[in-house]
Amino acid sequence: MSAKRAERLVNLVIALLGTRQYVTAARIRATVPGYEPDDGTARADEAFKRMFERDKAELREMGVPLETGRTSVFDTEDGYRIARADYELPEITLTGEEAAAVGLALRLWESAQLAGAAHSALLKLRAAGLDVDPGRALPIQPRLDSDEPAFEPAYAAARDRRVLQFDYRRPDEDTPARRRVQPWGVVAWHGRWYLVGRDLDRQAPRVFRLSRVVGTPRAVGPENAFEPPADLDLAAVVAGQAGRSGGGEEHVVVVRARPGTAVGLRRGAQPLGAGEDGEDRLQLRTTEPWRLADQLAAYGPDVVVEAPAEVRAAVVERLTRLAAMGERA
Amino acid sequence: MSTPATTERMTRLLSLVPYLTARPEGVPLAEVARDFGVPERQLRRDLELLWMCGLPGYGPGDLIDLSFEGDRVRVTFTAGMVRPLRLTTDEAVALLVALRTLLDLPGLAEQDAVSRALAKVSAAAGHAAERVTPVALSVDAREQALAVVREGLERGRALHLHYYVPTRDERTERTVDPMRLHLVDGRWYLEAWSREVAGVRLFRLDRIDDVEVLDEPAAPPPQAAPRDIASGVYQPPPDAPVVRLRLARTARWVAEYYPVEDVREVDDPPGGLAVALRTADLAWARRLVSSLGGAAAVDEPAELAAAVAADARAALARYGPGDAGA
Repeated sequence: MSAKRAERLVNLVIALLGTRQYVTAARIRATVPGYEPDDGTARADEAFKRMFERDKAELREMGVPLETGRTSVFDTEDGYRIARADYELPEITLTGEEAAAVGLALRLWESAQLAGAAHSALLKLRAAGLDVDPGRALPIQPRLDSDEPAFEPAYAAARDRRVLQFDYRRPDEDTPARRRVQPWGVVAWHGRWYLVGRDLDRQAPRVFRLSRVVGTPRAVGPENAFEPPADLDLAAVVAGQAGRSGGGEEHVVVVRARPGTAVGLRRGAQPLGAGEDGEDRLQLRTTEPWRLADQLAAYGPDVVVEAPAEVRAAVVERLTRLAAMGERA
Repeated sequence: MSTPATTERMTRLLSLVPYLTARPEGVPLAEVARDFGVPERQLRRDLELLWMCGLPGYGPGDLIDLSFEGDRVRVTFTAGMVRPLRLTTDEAVALLVALRTLLDLPGLAEQDAVSRALAKVSAAAGHAAERVTPVALSVDAREQALAVVREGLERGRALHLHYYVPTRDERTERTVDPMRLHLVDGRWYLEAWSREVAGVRLFRLDRIDDVEVLDEPAAPPPQAAPRDIASGVYQPPPDAPVVRLRLARTARWVAEYYPVEDVREVDDPPGGLAVALRTADLAWARRLVSSLGGAAAVDEPAELAAAVAADARAALARYGPGDAGA
């Protein structure tokens, strides 16, 4: 941005903050330095209009509450003003501890999606007189996955409550499918970003992993097109979805492991003592027996499944496929 | 129309005068520059620009006035810019979501301060905070080791811990000098000097089985440089051997989960994906391929495929013939 434009914008804010009256565009043009002066030509009028439109848009984008209206019934055109009460950040005081908490919290966004917003929030709090030092005291370094191009459009659509349209490809599908969703929000869960919302074609809530979005999601239609559920807990929706994939029913699996092996398996197992062959018998509980079978097969000869029969069969099936792999190679 | 850089500078310009107003005793230029996250040169340009701005009339009594005493700057006339602009929705979201996330962290001693800060910031954010927040961060809330590790960090004591190493399926015992805690992608990591290997290591907290604070002080040696984790916790050495896999449809998730290179679609298996992984640890690769139960074929190296198959045959031998056709 040119220094001239920055200067003009600052002057415009000061001028409109400093008045209770609505100020017309013509008056702004005559007083605030930097606008194309009125020399009576249509070209100059046009240039001013373009400049002024751009400036208004810029201020609104920054969150400056630019009001339009007329001071009295005798005014023939709309004017502009900024109500101080709407412009200014309300009083806020934080204790040293609270300020440290804010500083730490903002570090969560370091180099992540909302880093820019976190930085400007920090500037404003400092400008309000707070001493927020993000580096202070706590030896904690929070960080979020920073590389997710679909975040920005998905977040903006959820914020503005606009319908989001995107191509989505599940890893087990060959081609992406078009989805239309009312986006309720985006969630970082176990290090990955998800979009939660109502799928308009399936007429049901759905969770989408942002990394599986193909191309750039596009917001369509007007703002405030829907209302997310009032008691929405975004993280719980994603956690619920992930937990459901196993079917929910708990299975008890008993295995034998050679002593000193299968260390990882033992971390979540209940020991049942030694078997006749001197091996350790372990009891495992899972809601996802097929995933457990994958894990058990990976222990090779160190682990044998005793029961139930279907998990035993599932492991044998996996081992048979793996053994065949060597023959092909 | 407006670039982030434009908005960034405008936010700074509108914040500088209120910032100085709140600090009537004046602030050293270097400190202002640090607080605003810009070089001093840029800060001087900003202040010079503000000096030209003011109330309509723009006479000597109307313009923003700053005074420089030594290296300190003070504002003597604000032209009515006394408070910063209120928070935008994005700024409120960034603040509130982060504070709520902290509130969910177990073992954080400052919970009360966080919750008071959250209430105050919500109040100050006004409209911007009224809506359902469209972002949530979920962190692993089960870490029992966290409180002990934090105690070690805060008291500056060494830690003794039992650590599970999944790549080798081993439980190791170590004495470490704690340096920092990281919260990366929803998981906690302890960065510490590991005395046994004489190097800085990251320990994932959910893999710490047992930890105690020792009486001896934590003393990471001078060569214990913090690790750069900006591009991920796991960084395979660039010269690590390559493992090439062909993933069937059901195993394509591997490409999302691990850092892979040379990803390409293949027809064998149908809908498959060829990927390359770098790892110095073939035992880990063998575990990965075995856990995929045949849904990943090994193209390279040949000894990996052979090891997987040999393992599987040895395992099959332990099941009875009655299981064979299952």
